[in-house]
Amino acid sequence: MADKKKKNLPPDAQKYQAFQQKRETKRNIFTNCVKAFFVGGLICVIGQTIATFYIHFFDFTEKTANNPTVATLIFITMLLTGFGVYDHIGQFAGAGTAVPVTGFGNSVISSAIEHRTEGLILGVGTNIFKLAGPVIVYGVFSAFVIALIKTILMQWGGL
Amino acid sequence: MLLGQRTWLFHNQPVIIATGTVGGPFEAQGNLKNDFDILHDDMWLKQKSFEKAQQLMLEEACQIALKKGQVQKEQINFLLSGDLINQITPTTFAAKTLEIPYFGLFNACAITTESLALSAFIINANGADYILSGTASHNAATERQFRYPTEYGGQKPPTAQWTVTGAGCGLIAKEGIGPVVTSATIGKVVDKGMTDPFNMGGAMAPAAVDTIIAHLKERNVDPSYYDLIITGDLGQIGREISLDLLQKKGINIHEEQYVDCGLTIYKKEQPVHSGASGTASSAVATYGHFVKLLNKGELNRILVVATGALHSPLSVQQKDSIPCIAHAVSIEMGSDSS
Repeated sequence: MADKKKKNLPPDAQKYQAFQQKRETKRNIFTNCVKAFFVGGLICVIGQTIATFYIHFFDFTEKTANNPTVATLIFITMLLTGFGVYDHIGQFAGAGTAVPVTGFGNSVISSAIEHRTEGLILGVGTNIFKLAGPVIVYGVFSAFVIALIKTILMQWGGL
Repeated sequence: MLLGQRTWLFHNQPVIIATGTVGGPFEAQGNLKNDFDILHDDMWLKQKSFEKAQQLMLEEACQIALKKGQVQKEQINFLLSGDLINQITPTTFAAKTLEIPYFGLFNACAITTESLALSAFIINANGADYILSGTASHNAATERQFRYPTEYGGQKPPTAQWTVTGAGCGLIAKEGIGPVVTSATIGKVVDKGMTDPFNMGGAMAPAAVDTIIAHLKERNVDPSYYDLIITGDLGQIGREISLDLLQKKGINIHEEQYVDCGLTIYKKEQPVHSGASGTASSAVATYGHFVKLLNKGELNRILVVATGALHSPLSVQQKDSIPCIAHAVSIEMGSDSS
C-alpha cells in the first residue's frame, strides 16, 4: 500500500524520501523482539500465578479463574498507569506490554486520565474508548461473523 | 527593505532589549538549566489543565521580559504569538491577561521566527515602539493534541521527538541596547510527501534547507558570515539530512557551525529520542541561550531558522502529507562590535 502511494508522488519527493530513509534511525527489531518476549512472558507468568492463586485459595476452576485474573491484571495496570510508570515500561517493552490485556487496560485508563480536564461526561465518557474502541468494535463484529459462519455450517453443513 | 523575493533587511535596527524564558521539570535537568529565568518543578504549574499551565508560562515569560527591559505593559504596542493547541487558545488567554494588542499567529514550531520577523518588520517601519514576540508549548498538552494520551504505553520510534515544556519571549524595541534583528527570510511551504508524524525532523529538513539557501542568496552572504546557523527543532535526523542536502547543493556549512535547538536543550542521557521539538524549542534556546551568548560577546552573528510542521491531527488521520515551513531571522550585535 505504501509503495502504491509513493508512486503518486512527484519524482523529487520520491527521491527525497529515499534519501531521508537512509538517514532515519531504525528500531532495532531483534532487541525489541527479545525485550517484548521477556516482558510479555513475564506478564503471562504473573497472570498464571494469579490464576493459580484464585484456583488454589478460592472457589474457582481453571475455566472460571480467567475473569478475576484479567480483572486483577487490569487493576495493577491501572495503578501503574496512574502513577506514570506504565508508559516507561511500554517504551522499553514495546509489543511485550501492548499485546497482553494490560495494553488494552492501559489504553482505556490513559485516555480516561487524559480527558479528565474536560469533565466526566464529555471528557472521560466520550474519550475513554478513544484508543480501545476500534478493538471492541472490530472484535465484536468479527466474533459475530465467525458465529454466523459457524451457525450456517452447523445448520446446513451438518457439522 | 525587500531583497529579492522574500528577504527583508531592517535598516532601523530593531533591537532585542530583553528576554524571558520559562521551563518545566524535564528542562531543569537539561543542558540549558542555567539559562532559564524560571524553572517549574510541577508539570501542572498548580493549574487545572496542561493548557492553562502553558498559558501561565507564556504570561510569566512576557512579564519577565517586561521587568528586565524596564518597560511598562501599557507601553507595549503589540504581542505577536501563537502555539500548537486548538485554535491557539492558550496564547489568546495569555493575551487577555496581559491586555496587550495581539496578533495570533500559527506556523507550528516556526512561530518563534515568524513572530520575530514580523515584529522586526513592524518596528523597522515605525509601526511600533515595543513588541513582545514569543511562544510557549507544553509537552503533555501537545502530546494529547497530536499523538496519544501521555500515559499511554505505546512504544515511540527513535525518530520521534520530545515537546519542550516552556516559554520564550523577546522584547523588541525601536532603540536600546542588545542584539539587533538585521534581516529575515520568509519560508514557503515545502512538502516532500512525508506522512509519518513520528518523524518530524525528516519532514521539516527540506523546508529548512530551502529557506537557508534563499536567505544566503538574497542577502548575498556566505554561510561563514554567521557564527552559527541555528535550526529550530530538526533533531538528530533532520539535522543530518539537512546538512547533507545543503552540502549537496554546494552550500558549505561547517558541522560545528550548524546547531539545532532541539539538540541543545536536553542532555544526551535524557530519553528524548531524536531531540526536542515544540514551539518552545526554538523560543527557549534562542531567547534563553543564544541571545545571552550574543550579549556576552561570545557570538556576533547568528541566523535562527525555526522549522514548523503544519499538519493537524485531522490531516494526518485523513492520510495527508506533512507540509512544512521554516523562517530565518538573523540577529547580530550592534555595528560597534561587528
